[in-house]
Amino acid sequence: MGWLTVSFSPLQIRVELQGYGFLFFMKLTLNGEIFDTSKAETIRDLLDELGIESVRVAVEVNLTIVKKADYMAFKLKDGDNVEIVNFVGGG
Amino acid sequence: MNDKLIIKGIEFKSRLWVGTGKYKDFDETKKAIEASGADVVTVAVRRVNIIDRKSENLLDYIDPKKYKILPNTAGCYNVEDALRYSRLAREAGISDLIKLEVIGDEKTLFPDTIGLLKATEILAKEGFIVLPYSNDDPIMAKRLEDAGAAAVMPLGAPIGSGLGIRNPYNIKIILETVKLPVIVDAGVGTASDATIAMELGCDAVLINTGIAGAKDPIAMAEAMKHAVIAGRLACKAGRIPRKLYATASSPFDGML
Repeated sequence: MGWLTVSFSPLQIRVELQGYGFLFFMKLTLNGEIFDTSKAETIRDLLDELGIESVRVAVEVNLTIVKKADYMAFKLKDGDNVEIVNFVGGG
Repeated sequence: MNDKLIIKGIEFKSRLWVGTGKYKDFDETKKAIEASGADVVTVAVRRVNIIDRKSENLLDYIDPKKYKILPNTAGCYNVEDALRYSRLAREAGISDLIKLEVIGDEKTLFPDTIGLLKATEILAKEGFIVLPYSNDDPIMAKRLEDAGAAAVMPLGAPIGSGLGIRNPYNIKIILETVKLPVIVDAGVGTASDATIAMELGCDAVLINTGIAGAKDPIAMAEAMKHAVIAGRLACKAGRIPRKLYATASSPFDGML
């Protein structure tokens, strides 16, 4: 085990520097656009990174709705298709 | 007079329901809704603006504690999309209410009633309070009732057309055909259109473009409020029969 570990998993690319924590890089499709993140491990993290309050949105990952109660536990992975919707003016 | 509209145990204070689309800005939206006296507002489900994250949210202006938020599935052209939007709306919101739209054609925005019926059935089984936007067909209204709809929302005329209640006789037959509340959705262009819908016996009227598209939306919102109240009262009061010839209002007795 060296001082620098680079691991590739289906989840993400993870670079770990022993004693200094780790970095990871993920590419999501967020609302139809490519979105790179090195912060958002979970949906909760992603909403925080975007500055979005969870109370007024709904989140769908790969066409499945994720319940608000699960935002903290739901781990995102590289390539996930994430949709975040809210209410706008309409008739 | 106790004349409240109740749908699946939810009490509605107002028989005028309003949309929140097409306003100049959120401030105008808020003022028009206040002037309308409506306690139900429709909204659409769309992607959060990721690029401009500081942009304001409609619900900063329309307090969900004060108004009943009725999400729609506008823009959905098939059953799958309508189901997807309905489920997202329920997760984003606080109630099971859904104004279900399955649109059949871009030019007319008429409903695809076959898809609408399928989606109504599925969503009603999932516990949604389904309010389907339909055409003015009494047979379809009955089918929607049988499929579990909580109310029916026949159009008066195409969405945004302002053509008024084009087929009052069909609306009348729908009222006699279903036991559910009947809410005219779409086509109301001015106050008299709303009054006609209510005089026919409809339970409520939903208006968006008729208010938001007026030169002065806030004044029109107030006009619609009075129009709906007037129509409801006239309906309850019972109008005189129409007849061809005159009947004098003043007595003959005492004439010189």
